[in-house]
Amino acid sequence: MTLKDFIDKLLRRQPASAETAKERLQLVLAHDRSDLNPELLEQMRREILEVVARYVEIDLAEGDVSLETEDRVTALVANLPIRRSIAQPSKGGTL
Amino acid sequence: MSTTRTILICSGKGGVGKTTTTANLGIALARQGAKTVVLDADFGLRNLDLLLGLENRIVYTAQEVLAETCRLEQALVKHKQEPNLALLPAGNPRMLEWLKPKDMQAIVALLERQFDYVLIDCPAGIEDGFKNAAAAAREAVVITTPEVAAVRDADRVIGLLNTKGVQPVQLVLNRVRPKMMSNQEMLSVDDVTDILALPLLGLVFEDEQVIVSTNRGEPLTLSDSSSPAAQAYGNIAQRLQGEDIPLMDPSQARRGLRARMRKLMQTRIF
Repeated sequence: MTLKDFIDKLLRRQPASAETAKERLQLVLAHDRSDLNPELLEQMRREILEVVARYVEIDLAEGDVSLETEDRVTALVANLPIRRSIAQPSKGGTL
Repeated sequence: MSTTRTILICSGKGGVGKTTTTANLGIALARQGAKTVVLDADFGLRNLDLLLGLENRIVYTAQEVLAETCRLEQALVKHKQEPNLALLPAGNPRMLEWLKPKDMQAIVALLERQFDYVLIDCPAGIEDGFKNAAAAAREAVVITTPEVAAVRDADRVIGLLNTKGVQPVQLVLNRVRPKMMSNQEMLSVDDVTDILALPLLGLVFEDEQVIVSTNRGEPLTLSDSSSPAAQAYGNIAQRLQGEDIPLMDPSQARRGLRARMRKLMQTRIF
């Protein structure tokens, strides 16, 4: 946080628009580059959570699956807090 | 193998300065001694002739060259004040109905035989006009402004150029307003280069003289203008030629107490 941000916050002023522009661009470009529309992303998110939930008990409210982008590389980032593991998954390998 | 540099000047979004950049870089390269041709690939809405002040001297266009109803030399319009520069005008908009990437490649192949630089003024958008023009290019300069819509569209174009194997792709940041940047009310140079992940070939400050020069049909680089945009285009041309010219610094454009105050306000406190 810069001195200006701090004063803006004290005075409850809006932050400078360049930062807002950058954040909005990064978000929209992550979607543009992946060619996934929000609907498909939401469907993928649900399916990922379903699969993970078969193995571990996850905190669905805290879970987050999103696209992030840096240096023209877009990554799917999942942050899924695990409450506890489920002792025996329905079908498991030899691992 | 020809040593000609064939460079696509593109942006995705319209109105960010493709044609102005093509005209000014064309003149600047020619003044630096390089035999240069500018090719108007915007068949729908051609304007490069107008910005160069050559609109009254067009007899034949790329269309007649392709149809072999005239020789290339007859279609090329030589610039009077800068004889190292020639324009190959865009043909009739009806050409868009049948023009294919191989046609653009054929035109460019003819031009590469006799010029050091072929600058292709690309149409806006990412449809056929862009694809035809991109097919003929070896490298590209992407023009953008520090605005969200222009940066987003530039990103789309960069993605397409990457898949087509156009290399290198460099960035020109146009219409920079140093005052707004220092107030953090405009995306900074670093913001844009970080987001687009392209090497910066140059930045051009917003400059009213650009409008004056287009009114007259005399690109700024034609005279030894001291205007910021004229200098910027001259620098970009030199960098294209491989010279190491330092980039302008928007924060140096404004000094004094207010600038120092602004710098203090940008200090990280936590």
